[in-house]
Amino acid sequence: MHEAIMVYVNSRAIEVPVGSTAAAALAMASVDAARQSVTGTPRGPLCGMGICFECCAMINGRRQRTCQTICQPSMEIHTDDDV
Amino acid sequence: MTTYEQFQVLVVGSGPAGIAAACAASGAASVGVVDDNSAAGGQIWRGGIPPDGDRLAAKWLKHFCQAKVVQIHGTQIVAQPEPGVLLAERDGRPIKLRHEKLILATGARERFLPFPGWTLPNVVGAGGLQALVKSGMPVGGKRVIVAGSGPLLLSVAAFMEQHGAVVRLVAEQAPWHRVARFGMQLARLSPGKLLQGIAYRWALRGTRYAIGCWPTAVHGSAKVEAVTFRAGKRTWTEPCDILACGFGLIPNLELPVLLGCEVCNGGAIVDSWQESSVPGVYCAGELTGIGGAELALIEGEIAGFSAIGRKDAAACCFASRTRGIRFAKSLDHAFMLRDELRNLPDDDTLICRCEDVARKRLAGFTSWRAAKLHTRCGMGLCQGRVCGPAAEFVFGWKHESVRPPVFPVSVNTLAQRMEK
Repeated sequence: MHEAIMVYVNSRAIEVPVGSTAAAALAMASVDAARQSVTGTPRGPLCGMGICFECCAMINGRRQRTCQTICQPSMEIHTDDDV
Repeated sequence: MTTYEQFQVLVVGSGPAGIAAACAASGAASVGVVDDNSAAGGQIWRGGIPPDGDRLAAKWLKHFCQAKVVQIHGTQIVAQPEPGVLLAERDGRPIKLRHEKLILATGARERFLPFPGWTLPNVVGAGGLQALVKSGMPVGGKRVIVAGSGPLLLSVAAFMEQHGAVVRLVAEQAPWHRVARFGMQLARLSPGKLLQGIAYRWALRGTRYAIGCWPTAVHGSAKVEAVTFRAGKRTWTEPCDILACGFGLIPNLELPVLLGCEVCNGGAIVDSWQESSVPGVYCAGELTGIGGAELALIEGEIAGFSAIGRKDAAACCFASRTRGIRFAKSLDHAFMLRDELRNLPDDDTLICRCEDVARKRLAGFTSWRAAKLHTRCGMGLCQGRVCGPAAEFVFGWKHESVRPPVFPVSVNTLAQRMEK
């Protein structure tokens, strides 16, 4: 139940419990902002259920909603201020 | 492109309504259930069967697992290229879903209200925070404030305490007399729910529950640091790490509207069999008006039985549906949003978070359409799902139409739509 996998948040390795979302991985890595808005202000998860797109980040090279993406081993998550 | 065999009944959404619909129909038809989320349960039963025993959730999730249905997860419906076919996308790839009968159970989302600072990281939805924590976000030791309206606030606050957060304040915008009257109605209509509310309040006995109180501004540079509240004439500022706001729920009507289902007063119109104005398309659960999980289960069962022609079984649920709707109406009345909230955004407060459109840029327009055309308000990735209801509340603008794709998709999937 509490098995862990390794993912990378802005190139930093962190362990997350199996079944965690990428949004949860960001929180575990103490990263508050997933993306930057069109005028450059920081944004993090808002709706938590996939409708607002505020939590989008680059996941394995593709822009995805972090709250709807389950972490896979060695997944690479890059937030906008890192990219 | 992945194409499934034709389903006799296709259910969109696997929250309570979708689960009940699929279970009811699965006895006599081939049933597919498609959902954007990675597992069944919808928002309310996200994360599977809770260890502390929500018996209703446990019963239905188990029933659903054992039912003969094809579950298609992580999949977003994008368009209807022709009647009887839905185009969807999963992991960036197109999927075609053919069906005879269609049951829409797309549920609801939270209503977000704009106020200064609401775009800062760690200002989240109340249900949103619960969903995030259920999917692994740690809140241990965090100072959390829950604000907004309705019984969801107490349940979210109790959940956060259980997960180690320090809930500093629960701020309910409804006035005392309405909350008290609702409590009395609850004692009559649904004593079980009143007891549950009392249990939550007991679990939160160390937390202040302020009634007639709402947030007016969030402070912080890179994330929320403090929140200013108002109660009557008094204002004060509370430090916190997370502000969770829930100002009620709104049905996810994009798909039914795209398919041509008629809508009235923010809900899909259905007949007593849950069939919409489009023959063969049924709507169940929050789509027909916010009513909670129990009513959603009943409506889902009626829709599922109706779709396979078992009207006798469907009719057995009518009485409990009537009771559920009566309860929903009293809930809606008690937690009506106060007018003061319409004036929360100042000139520079962003209304549209995708396109960063501030309130002052919207001031001169008289309709949602005009505002969209001139400012790009509502034209970002969320397609107006957040700012549409916010603008409706602040400016009184009505959403007019829905056009495909109803969800952001890859160009590859769009190309499939053109090919049909």
